[in-house]
This record gives sequence, C-alpha cells and structure tokens, in this order.
Amino acid sequence: MSISITINGRSMTVEQGRTILEICREAGIRIPTLCHDERLEPYGGCRLCLVEVKGMARPLASCTTPVQDGMEITTESTLLRQLRRTNLSLILSNHPNDCMKCEQNGSCMLQDLAYEYDADGDMFKGDKWDLPKREDNPFITYEPNKCILCSRCTRICNEVVMAGTIDLTGRGFRTMPDTAYSKPRTLENCEFCGQCVSACPTGALTDKRGRGFGRDYEMKKVKTTCTYCGTGCNFYLNVKNNKVVKVTSAFDAPVNRGNLCIKGRYGYEFIHNPDRIKIPLIKRKGVFHKASWDEALDLVATRFKSLIERYGPEKVGAFSSARCTNEENYLLAKWVRCAVGSNNVDNCARV
Amino acid sequence: MAGLATSLGAGAATNSLDQMPDIDTLFLFGSNPTEGHPIVSLWLKKALRIGAKLVVADPRKIWMAKRADVWLNLKPGSNIALLNGMLNVIFQNGWEDKAFIAKRTEGVEELKAKVTEYGPDVVEKITGVSWDKIVEAARLYAKADKSMIVYGLGVTEHKTGTENAMAIANLSLACGQIGRPSTGIMALRGQNNVQGASDLGPYPSSLPGYQSVLDPNARAKFEKAWGVQIKDKAGLKSVEMLDECTKGNFKGLYILGYDIAQTDPNLNHVWKALESVEFLVVQDIFHTETTRFADVILPGASFAEKDGTFTNGERRVQRVRKAIDPLCGMAEWQALCELSSKMGYEMNYNHPSEIMDEIASLVPTYGGIDYRRIDEKGLQWPCPTKDHPGTSTLYTDIFSRPGGLAQFMSLDHTGSGEKPDNEYPYVLITGRIREHYNNGSMTRRCGGILELVPEEYIEISHEDAAELGVLNGDWVNVSSRRGQIKVRAKVTDRSQPGNVFLSFHHPEALTNMLTSGYRDPVTGTPEYKSCAVKIEKTYIEGEWT
Repeated sequence: MSISITINGRSMTVEQGRTILEICREAGIRIPTLCHDERLEPYGGCRLCLVEVKGMARPLASCTTPVQDGMEITTESTLLRQLRRTNLSLILSNHPNDCMKCEQNGSCMLQDLAYEYDADGDMFKGDKWDLPKREDNPFITYEPNKCILCSRCTRICNEVVMAGTIDLTGRGFRTMPDTAYSKPRTLENCEFCGQCVSACPTGALTDKRGRGFGRDYEMKKVKTTCTYCGTGCNFYLNVKNNKVVKVTSAFDAPVNRGNLCIKGRYGYEFIHNPDRIKIPLIKRKGVFHKASWDEALDLVATRFKSLIERYGPEKVGAFSSARCTNEENYLLAKWVRCAVGSNNVDNCARV
Repeated sequence: MAGLATSLGAGAATNSLDQMPDIDTLFLFGSNPTEGHPIVSLWLKKALRIGAKLVVADPRKIWMAKRADVWLNLKPGSNIALLNGMLNVIFQNGWEDKAFIAKRTEGVEELKAKVTEYGPDVVEKITGVSWDKIVEAARLYAKADKSMIVYGLGVTEHKTGTENAMAIANLSLACGQIGRPSTGIMALRGQNNVQGASDLGPYPSSLPGYQSVLDPNARAKFEKAWGVQIKDKAGLKSVEMLDECTKGNFKGLYILGYDIAQTDPNLNHVWKALESVEFLVVQDIFHTETTRFADVILPGASFAEKDGTFTNGERRVQRVRKAIDPLCGMAEWQALCELSSKMGYEMNYNHPSEIMDEIASLVPTYGGIDYRRIDEKGLQWPCPTKDHPGTSTLYTDIFSRPGGLAQFMSLDHTGSGEKPDNEYPYVLITGRIREHYNNGSMTRRCGGILELVPEEYIEISHEDAAELGVLNGDWVNVSSRRGQIKVRAKVTDRSQPGNVFLSFHHPEALTNMLTSGYRDPVTGTPEYKSCAVKIEKTYIEGEWT
C-alpha cells in the first residue's frame, strides 16, 4: 500500500512496510550508519541513524522504524548533529585512535564519520581496552581494541552464514565479539569465509594476508567474476604495482551482494605463485626446453598441419575447458572446425 | 544436462538465485551447497530462516541434512527408485497438478503406469529409505505453493545421470512446480563456466548455441560466417578421442586448461591414451599431471589477466576483467588466434568484446548480449535481441521443445555400474570440500588454504571405523579393482555405515585411481559418485602413531 510522507520538507509517496533508512537511501538522502549492513536485519545499535519525526518526543533510529502515513521526517538538524557527535565521541573514548598505522585507514567508516562530525576522543575520559592483537589463524586478524560493538561481524556469521563462529561474549565494558571460549579459529569452528571482515566498519577485523600491501586508496580495484565454482560471484581484485594483493566485496553484485566464501575471498594467491608457467616449453628427448611464443606456436602449427595432411583432419582434435572464458571456448570450437577441419572438439563440462 | 534438455528443452537451470528466499519447500537433491556452492547456500539459508520446509536427498549427513524436515538418506545410485516412489505417492493421493499436466506436458499415462511398480516394498529395499519419509517428502514438495528442486553432481555423476535428471524433471512437472518464480529446477554447476562452455560450442555434435552439425541450415549459417565447409557428421567425444589414442588411431590433441590426467576417472587408461597420441599440446597456468605428457606446453593466463565473460549457473553472462597483464605475455584467446593464423586460417580480433559480438550474431540465445549491456549486472540468457531484458525464469508459458510441451520420461531403476560385494564392501562417494577446488592446482597454491587442509582424508562412519579398528587420523589403504591410495581417516557422522567419502584435490592421493570407468552413455559423464572399495588399516614407515 502506498502512503505519503515528508522528508526534509519534500513530499513523497512510498510503499508501506519499509524503514525510514531504506526509503531515504533509495531517494539519495544520506543518513550516517555504522551498525547497518544491507545483508543483515536492522539492528539499531549505533544510534547514528537517528532522525527527528514530528510529534515524537525523542529522535528515532531510522534503520528500525518503519514509515507510517503522514510522517514528517527530518534527517539533518543541529540536535541530530550534536547527538551523532556525542555518540561518535563515546566510541572514540574507547578506541586506539592510531589511524596513521591502522590497516583500515582511508576506508574506515568510523574515521570518516569522526572527521565529518568533528568527534572528540577526549570528551569522555575513562578506561580503554588494552587487549592483544590476535592472528591465531591463516586469514583473519582481530584487533579487539578497535571494535565498536556494532555486532555486524557476529550477526553476519550467525544470520547469513549460519556458521556460529563468533558471538558477543562478556558483559558491560567487557563485552566483545569472540569465538567460544576464546579458542583460535580453526576449521572446527570457522569457515574462513571472511564475511566478518567484509562487514567490519573499522579496522578491528582485517584480512591478514592482505595487510601491509598498501592503503585502500592506493589500490586499483577491478571488478570481476570468480574463477572457482559456477555461482558467478563478483568481487574486486585489489591491484598494486601490477600485483593482485587482496579481494574485496562488490556489494552491488547481482549474485552474491558482497558475500563471498573462502575460495572467492582468499583463493587468489595462486595468481602470483612462482610455479606459474610463464614461458612456452617444448619437449625434446623427454626434457622440456624453454622456447619463445613464436617458436612454440610455429612448431604446434607445423606439427598439426603435417598430421592433418598425413592422416586427415579426423585424427586431430581438442579438449576445451569449463575454466576458460566464453570467448576462448568459442574460439577453440571455431579453430577445430576452421583450422583443423574436423568436429573433434569436446569440453570437460561433464566433469 | 542432457536430461533436462530432453524433458524440458534446454539444459540449464530454470530460475535465478535471488528468487530462492521465497521458496516454500526446498528439495535439495545430491548437492552439498554449503561446501560446493557456499554462496548459493546463503540464499537457501535465507529461505530456511524465514520458514521454508527442507527435504534433502543425500547419502551423506551434510549440513543441510542435519537441518532438514525430511532427510532421505538413500543408498548411492538409487535416485530413480526414490523419485519414482515419490511420484507413486503423489499420483495415489491425487497431489499432482492436473491442470498443468493437461495443458503443458505429454506422456503422463506411461509415467503413471510405470511408477505404480515402485511401491513401498520395492523402494525401501532399493533406496534404504523408509516409506513414511518418502510420503512426507512427497507431501511437502507437492502441496507447497512454491517448491524448488536444487540438484547437484550427486544426480549427474552417475551412470544413469541423464535419466536421474529426467526423473527430477518428472517430479517437478507432475506437481506443476516449474515455470513460475521460485519454482523450478536449479542444477548447480560445478565449474565457473560450465554453462558457458556448454553454450558456446566445444561439442563434437553441435556448433555454438547447441546448433546441430547435422542441421544443414545451422551449418550454412556458420559456413557463411566462418568461410569454411563444416563436416556434416558429429566428431568424437573426449572419451572416444582417448580410446582412439590408446589404439594408436588418433594423432594430434590440443588440451586447453583441463587436467584430465588427474580429474578423469580410471586414470591408468587416460595416461595410456596421453602417452600414445603422437603430438600433444597442453595449455595451462600450472604444471599438472596432464602437462607431463605434453610435447609442447603453452602457458595460460589466469582469470585476473584477461578480459572475457563467464556464464554462471543461472545463465547470467558476466564480465571477467583484466586486472594485470598476462604473466606469460599472452592470453589464451590471443594464442589461439596466432596459432590459427599460422595454420592458414586467419583469426583477428582486437579485443574479446569483438568475439562476443560474433557470438551474438551466430548464437540466438546470446543475440542481445554485448559488453556494454552486461557491464553492470550481466544478462541472463535467453536474451535474443538488443532490447531484450534477459530471462530470469524459464518456461513461464511454453517449454523449448518442439510443440512447446514438456515430456514425461518413464524410467526404471538400474543402479550403479559397480556395486559393493564381499571383496570391496564399501561404496566410495567422491566430491569437493569447501576449501579446495578440483585438482587443487590453484587452491593448493594459496598459502592459508593449504595450511588449513594440507592433505586428503577419507570420511568414514563411526560404525565402520570401529569395525576396522581405525581411529581418527589413522592411515588407511583404500583400494578398488583399479588402484590403491593411502590416506588418513576422518571418523565422522557425515558418512553413513557402508559409505565413505573422498575429495580429489590432492595429487599425492589420486582418488580417481579408484573411481570406475562407468559413464553415462548419453553425456559421457563418469560415475564419480559411486564405486566399490575396500579399506585396510595401515601405517607410514617410521611414523609413530
């Protein structure tokens, strides 16, 4: 059912049953958030998405408030700005604020909002967490001191992946996301999909193997499609100095919406493995010798041509691969029909 | 996919992944998506979270089986008996969709007659599943508003793979659970571009776009575009080429990115073929078992080093983009063009987008696809014209068979090619685990992944382990009539008594030394999912246990 609302003085007709935040984001009206992730159910934890609704005594969290007919909503005001600044300052009061050496510098939502709202880490003096960095597994680095308790990591682990690896543990000031009994992550308790890393708005959870290669803004990000199973997930290859150093989520991907598995997120290191074959090899007397492309392709062309002449095209063929691109598969099918002259071409699609 | 093509018209999944959360009953058949297709499993988990019913048919107690409303723990190789039994229940109770059957299908009477042979006694004996569970599964599937079957290689990698897929189509058609959003049959594809490689023509019997080489009109179209005569006789399938190789009758072979010497079943036979062929060219990114046999090895470019497209399991054509220059200097498409030109047939393309434009002009289902249109979200075929939005749900009004009707196929249970006996008492099921991929040539070269899963292990039930005196981590010899490998045991409730499981990711333990040479006669797909083995406890010299 359609209803009428007003946002910042602008009248709109919208569908009932959706939240203020959803409507605003769709309309291009910016509302800051830290705990919100489109892959997750609304949570209402960070209180940065507060908006004023006429007739309501206090501001409301837009991420958990459904629109109602006749609502008059204000998303920016002096009061809201003050409240957001206070909330951010509270977060910074228990945060290392060591941005200059933080892996996440430049792509940190907390850093961006602290800047935007001029938050002050000294506004509230008190205890700070002083917990060690944890890297007790191959893929995920956890710096609890940088956690802001938005619980995006624990929610994506339980709501979306249903892996149950981490949850909020402890109470009060000691609350923090952790594995059961603080055990190291192993395959016994974790899938290593890195979904928690992709959800973390700060530098608390980062990709261990991608650390230290460069800032987010130094990366060339190339959106592509995964090379493993047939699901067709998209992600960004992060490239620096002609080297793939990390994979990050593409949240607008039609198939995976930013979600990835262990192979998609962490299965890229083979690209630069020293075992890669980089030069054509020709076998002579049972031993492979390096050759130039021209030399190798000349030999292949000559040998195939002579076999075709001697035995006929029916004795020559090719196997194609479900690992190669559409264009390459098409070309191989064409090559066998046109350059060889047979129909002996098959692929491993059945395997 | 030949099974679905026969029953419905096209060998492809009927729906989109993003329709999955709206499923009312999910019937998961021979697929372990939390390991094999983790991101598909996230869509399915979303459906389960908001209340979908779940029926799982799988011999292994996989993640989904543990959470199923009904787990049909069938014996490997009994798919058709199980599905016929379900259809029997459905027809007996009148749960079929009579209007749908009358309007959109043919052959129902024969099917009805056939499935009456599959009553409780017969089906329980063949499948090992109790009739009550089969009745409940049939009810959940047939009576729901929107039911979807998601199946995997547990259906197709059998001697009867094509028939298994047809049996699945029978169930879906009988209940009218197809042709609407969130209803249909999703076949999960094993490799990134299985769908595209099937669509675009490296087939001995068809030209790109499933256009038969026997069809003179199709040939004429390609002959005009390519400027050559095309043989009007199907070529040899890969299996046949290999057989001819062993006989010395096949002379030249070009293998592109395919480690047939590790991933094909009955490896001894494959190795002999590769040794026998006079001239073998292999193009790959790493040395594999297959490159050992090559006369010339051409380096390949990884997916990060070239432009192109992959077509995923929901028929979506998506971009692959070049992030870095090819480490070997040239991508496969460039090498192929040069080779072809050197052989006297000129191929000149400046960019893969030009190849796609040529594909679009020759393959009707890809007719509307070009790089500009697929840049953001890809497009799902059929997409015949430049203004066509792509197709998320297949068969909403007609099936793509002659006459537009789907075909029921009456099928009989025949079982696996090799069944367990006194000497080889266990059924070996093979498959992937989440962390690794196929021959392991890529994932074993990703530091962290190899650290997590450094070696092969056999999954064996608590009962069988106790009988064999095997503890978790013990070494065992696994042997079949064809070969033997040595692996560690992992004692787990994922395996049922009588069944064991191996992946095939590690060259130190070549699982496919064990698998049988039985194949689906239509597609040539090997029976990876079932063969007979024996297991003996062993130890490694010098290792303290």
